[in-house]
Amino acid sequence: MHLSRLIRTIQLALKSLMLHKLRSGLTMLGIVFGVFSVIAMLAIGEGASQQAQDQVLELGAMNIIIRSIKPPEDTGQSGGGNRSRVLSYGLKWTDFHLLDKTIKTKSKAIPVREIVQEARHLHRSLNVRLVGCTPEYMEVNHLELSQGRFLTDEDQQQLTNYAVIAHETAQELYGIEDPVGSSILVGGASYQIIGVTRPRTASAAVGGSLSGQDYNKDVYVPLETLRSRMKDLVIRVSAGSFSAEEFQLNQITLLIKKREDVIPTSDVVRESLLLDPDHVQKKDFAVVVPLELLKQADQLRWIFNIVLGSIAAISLVVGGIGIMNIMLASVTERTREIGIRRALGARQIDIIQQFLMETVVLSGIGGIVGVLLGLSTPYAFLGIQWFVEAFVLEAGSGDSELARIFSDMKPQIAYWSLPVAFGISVFIGIVSGLYPAFAAAKLDPIEALRHE
Amino acid sequence: MKLAASLHDLHKYYDLGSVVVKALRGVSAEFPKGDFVAIMGSSGSGKSTMLNVLGGLDRATHGDYVLGGHNVAQLGDDDLSRIRNQMIGFIFQSYNLIPQYTALENIEVPLHYRPGYPAIGEAERNRCIDLGEMVGLGDRLDHRPYQLSGGQQQRVAIARALVNDPEIILADEPTGNLDSATEEEIMAILDRLNRQGRTIIMVTHEPEVSMRAKRRIHMKDGLIEREDNATAT
Ligand SMILES: Nc1ncnc2c1ncn2[C@@H]1O[C@H](COP(=O)(O)OP(=O)(O)OP(=O)(O)O)[C@@H](O)[C@H]1O
Ligand SMILES: [Mg+2]
Repeated sequence: MHLSRLIRTIQLALKSLMLHKLRSGLTMLGIVFGVFSVIAMLAIGEGASQQAQDQVLELGAMNIIIRSIKPPEDTGQSGGGNRSRVLSYGLKWTDFHLLDKTIKTKSKAIPVREIVQEARHLHRSLNVRLVGCTPEYMEVNHLELSQGRFLTDEDQQQLTNYAVIAHETAQELYGIEDPVGSSILVGGASYQIIGVTRPRTASAAVGGSLSGQDYNKDVYVPLETLRSRMKDLVIRVSAGSFSAEEFQLNQITLLIKKREDVIPTSDVVRESLLLDPDHVQKKDFAVVVPLELLKQADQLRWIFNIVLGSIAAISLVVGGIGIMNIMLASVTERTREIGIRRALGARQIDIIQQFLMETVVLSGIGGIVGVLLGLSTPYAFLGIQWFVEAFVLEAGSGDSELARIFSDMKPQIAYWSLPVAFGISVFIGIVSGLYPAFAAAKLDPIEALRHE
Repeated sequence: MKLAASLHDLHKYYDLGSVVVKALRGVSAEFPKGDFVAIMGSSGSGKSTMLNVLGGLDRATHGDYVLGGHNVAQLGDDDLSRIRNQMIGFIFQSYNLIPQYTALENIEVPLHYRPGYPAIGEAERNRCIDLGEMVGLGDRLDHRPYQLSGGQQQRVAIARALVNDPEIILADEPTGNLDSATEEEIMAILDRLNRQGRTIIMVTHEPEVSMRAKRRIHMKDGLIEREDNATAT
């Protein structure tokens, strides 16, 4: 088609559409909202999956994380009232040494032990998480120091009583005082503070086996020191009954050298640990593979996109039906005009092009407006979040977990969705215009001329 | 004598299911170049039907129609469109202008559908303006149909019929909706076009109007009843 003719056809379409501005505008709105909702839905989906991905990546795509988990009740307690027996479970040092020795694809194996304890300084106290760890802990968990230094290998070997405390621990116990150099009492043992970490956003829970971690109320001490001081028994007294738990390690993190080894290695790890009949019986560990989770998150993201996208696409289809409806009415209304054009030499294809161009222009402009609106999704969403937080959640009702998920949502425009949504809108314009256009072209010129 | 158009034993039937309406039942006629014919006859005698076949708006059921040396009776839709655009100028009783267009834009419409779709340039636009002036519309070219009188609208239609310089002008009761003074003006324009060499075939009910033509064809029941070429007194 010649450019001049194309321009002429577009001008003709615009002219006809401008003749009924309100009608054209309303018809276009259907497409505008359709395109907008496709982009917005995909942005919300994309934002959610981006978050999931970030969480997984924070765990380290090259890591395999093995966590101790408390065995299900029935294996721990058999007798009804017997609440005072010692529950022994979890990863053991022997597991660590086994993995450290046999897994050749790893660059490092990092054991960690965590206990919730009361920490004291002068008259202040705080429940902290006492973490016995090795120097690698800092890097693996993306910790940064605001003061002093982290634990070193020498600290491990020499069983020093050094401790690094987290930001909030420092604030709660020391206030404006400089904690470095002073001592802290945790679970009855005294440590000397050598460093303070910066505030860090808590990690979110991943799957069922790895709960979220708040790194801000931690105290880090050399694992060997902790081991020599605390032994493996933890006794808790609560509400008149006391329970004792015996476990050695909370977590072993394996750093794998090559990405392609991560998943095969995780299978080997599972098998090796299950060689121990204790683990078989108690089911007291879980292997978390962030890379696997990443793949799952990726799959989830597609499912998410498809579901949300199709819901939104339905509104585009509804917009298309609106266009078809209006164009059919328009063909009936303009039967006489069609007859005149045919009498003056218009071919059927000319009539088809004329009406198709009207729907294409209508849906194209609607699509562009929809894309522009869609680009504002993140800002619009901020407004909605503000509104919901200020008025809906304020009212006191509402599930707090839901509220948290909602306020954490950060829509992210999937840039591929812009041309796709626009393309779909034009496609729908063409499809919904085809029937009216062919109906117009098929009219008998003489009958059309007689039409009142 | 060169023929602009000729019909040979032309039939046009409308199959309505229960009955078949025979609008034309074997019409033969010759129209030399430069002819000016008035087609007369009672209502329903087949005048419009014949004119529509001549104009390529309709196809005969059988029979031949030779236009410009070619038999066009069995041509397809696109070819008929091309004939309507290039060889025929239509003038209707009810003007048939496009309501949202100005007079000038209405005159331009046939230009949009020329074969090959050439661009409409300055020369074409000037020609449209000249045609508008020729039919006496000079100061009304930017008016829309509803702002024009019937006579003015018919002038627009005449200018439009001429824009692609067709050989034959077909007019179906062109003055049927006009008063006698306006009728006179419109007929004067057609007279002038005929003197310039254009073939004009015009359906009319009015004997007075028919006397402006060189000859008259009288139709009855889908057949040509008689012809006369008596000149006006
Ligand atoms: N589309 C059609 N379907 C069925 N019959 C038709 C159709 N068009 C025309 N006819 C019939 O064909 C015959 C001729 O009609 P036509 O319009 O040619 O008459 P006419 O001579 O122009 O009459 P008038 O002077 O009233 O305009 C009429 O009997 C008419 O009813
Ligand atoms: Mg008639």
